[in-house]
Amino acid sequence: MTLSSLDPSLALPPDPSLVQLLTPDGRRVTHPDYADGLSADDVRGLYRDLVLSRRIDAEGTALTRQGELGLWAPLVGQEAAQVGAGRAMRPQDMAFPTYREHGLAWTRGVDPVSLLGLFRGGDHGGWDPAEHGFALYAIVLGAQTLHAVGYAMGAVRDGAVGREDGTAVLACFGDGASSQGDVNEALVWAGVQRSPVVFLCQNNQWGISTPTSAQTRTPLYHRAEGFGFPGVRVDGNDVLATYAVVRDALDRARRGDGPTLVEAWTYRVGPHTTSDDPGRYRPADEVESWRARDPLARVRLLLEREGTGPEFFAEVDAEADDLAARIRKACVEMPDPDPLEAFDHVFVEQTPELVRQRDEHAAYLAGFDA
Amino acid sequence: MTAVATEVATGTVTLAKALNLGLDAALAADPRVVLMGEDIGQLGGVFRVTDGLQERYGADRVVDTPLGESGIVGTAIGLAMRGYRPVCEIQFDGFVYPAFDQIVSQLAKLHFRSRGRVRMPVTIRIPYGGGIGAVEHHSESPEAYFVHTAGLKVVSCATPADAHVMVQQAVASDDPVVLLEPKRRYWDKGELTPVQESLWQARVVRPGTDCTLLAYGPMVRTCLDAATASELDLEVVDLRSLSPLDLDTVVQSVRRTGRCVVVHEASRTLGTGAELAARLTEELFYELEAPVLRVTGFDLPYPPARMEEHHLPDLDRVLHAVDRAMGF
Ligand SMILES: Cc1ncc(C[n+]2csc(CCOP(=O)(O)OP(=O)(O)O)c2C)c(N)n1
Ligand SMILES: [Mg+2]
Repeated sequence: MTLSSLDPSLALPPDPSLVQLLTPDGRRVTHPDYADGLSADDVRGLYRDLVLSRRIDAEGTALTRQGELGLWAPLVGQEAAQVGAGRAMRPQDMAFPTYREHGLAWTRGVDPVSLLGLFRGGDHGGWDPAEHGFALYAIVLGAQTLHAVGYAMGAVRDGAVGREDGTAVLACFGDGASSQGDVNEALVWAGVQRSPVVFLCQNNQWGISTPTSAQTRTPLYHRAEGFGFPGVRVDGNDVLATYAVVRDALDRARRGDGPTLVEAWTYRVGPHTTSDDPGRYRPADEVESWRARDPLARVRLLLEREGTGPEFFAEVDAEADDLAARIRKACVEMPDPDPLEAFDHVFVEQTPELVRQRDEHAAYLAGFDA
Repeated sequence: MTAVATEVATGTVTLAKALNLGLDAALAADPRVVLMGEDIGQLGGVFRVTDGLQERYGADRVVDTPLGESGIVGTAIGLAMRGYRPVCEIQFDGFVYPAFDQIVSQLAKLHFRSRGRVRMPVTIRIPYGGGIGAVEHHSESPEAYFVHTAGLKVVSCATPADAHVMVQQAVASDDPVVLLEPKRRYWDKGELTPVQESLWQARVVRPGTDCTLLAYGPMVRTCLDAATASELDLEVVDLRSLSPLDLDTVVQSVRRTGRCVVVHEASRTLGTGAELAARLTEELFYELEAPVLRVTGFDLPYPPARMEEHHLPDLDRVLHAVDRAMGF
């Protein structure tokens, strides 16, 4: 075998064990192990989340084009994986996101405006992780998965695991990040300790220009077995299936039955970030074939078939318009960071040296006014 | 060192293109040169530094790796033990740390541990530094960690001409070399002129008499701009190599001017400036007219982009320090 036999065009074989509850054309199908158990109202709620997540994302991209943000990592195409997983969580649970988890953030009650600070260059994460059960975004690939395991270790020690209303932890990472040492160490630790962690790998088929076939020769969810816990592949463009699978896994975790690796089979429809040009490395027809599996369209088809009238969809669209307007306004009005305040956030207990550097810089700045 | 003759192309190109041409020449010169990194193949790297090279040399020699920096450097070490000359691309400065063990405990030590039997002709290219308005982990200056590591050589290029030659010299070196590429200067254009210096030599890029500005990588241009703006006659030295340090050139310059300001983006405490100040004090205690001053990033984790203009040394802060040096 030569290195070049890691052929990027080598697609993984389709796997019949993909869990699906809603087909791309909006038909419900049953699965022997999973059922969402959701009411029509619940499904409407998920649809609303999907639409609003997509709109938050579209605003992120638009604001970058307009120069208001420095960068944006689009989630378009992955709404169902994130909304399904997020709505499967309970208030006491904790999520450890990557940098693309805008839909998950939405379900955790994080104001979309506070997501923008990091991409605008105003802050490194504008929300309180404890308040939302949603850690700060992690840009260094995979690091957060170990934090998730450690957080879960704490939950176990607190006696918050091992009962129906226990605490569970969601660790997000991508197909690319699955190659990182940290991710593999996290899987080892969680497996050995039977930690209450659900590893949610959104396999969106690409890590920038690197296809999943260059990260793994086996379906990613199969790896779980080697670490000693179950793995399952779910149609990540099916919000009902993602919800059902992640909820089951979280409940298993909170009961004290250990970790699960959930591979959400999805697609990064947009560029890696607004700085990326995917035309350089992937064919347009691949993108088109995934657009046909759009996560929003199938829910709408289902709802329409089951009698939800046009007023509901109009209402959701209007709400999305309002949200978008609020995001745009808040973004352009976001104040720049105070350069002197930064010195106060390095340590809990301030050091004389940082005070010196802050004062020095303050005096330097004052020199311009004089 | 130079087992491979360095190719000198001509023309006016960007610094990124100069690196590309240098890597191209290195691949052409020695079939054992292997490039490895994330997205360096078909995409040509996120900065396009390896653009077209996989097409030209094949996927065995320009390798799109799985996404793991420890893997990139660790396997480069094994390839080197097998006689290859790996060139690792770390996508951004802030992503080198997953490879830290492989660089600091493995790569840097093998020659020493084997009492000279094992050679590690590995180059680690790192786009580094701020000033491009990036999100966190994309603007860092990690040089001090590597300079502080015995067994590593650390260099930085400031111009296309140097980039083109230095990358070839780094690849040809039988010692491990960390090449820090000033990412905010990737799009600066310059002529590809021949380079006289060895990889380890500093260069006086602007002679002057009043005060020496010591810089490397992205801050060389900042210092040249400051020197141009100043009414004083400032000398600018591009260090080029941080480990080993070319103390001769530095000491000669500061002996002439009697004053010195070191400029780097990295944090102040125990940065390159600290080492230079110590060395200059040791060598020139009686000749210095002023203490060696530093203009650096603050001792802050790299701040959000909208604060980086405060954090990064600029022309005004450099001249402010020069004024202080002249005031002694
Ligand atoms: C340790 C580290 N190395 C490299 C990078 C640069 N980088 C950012 S995203 C990315 C691809 C990640 O792909 P994947 O895990 O599949 O997540 P996706 O972007 O598809 O959501 C890379 C290489 C990084 N952020 N961290
Ligand atoms: Mg991916």
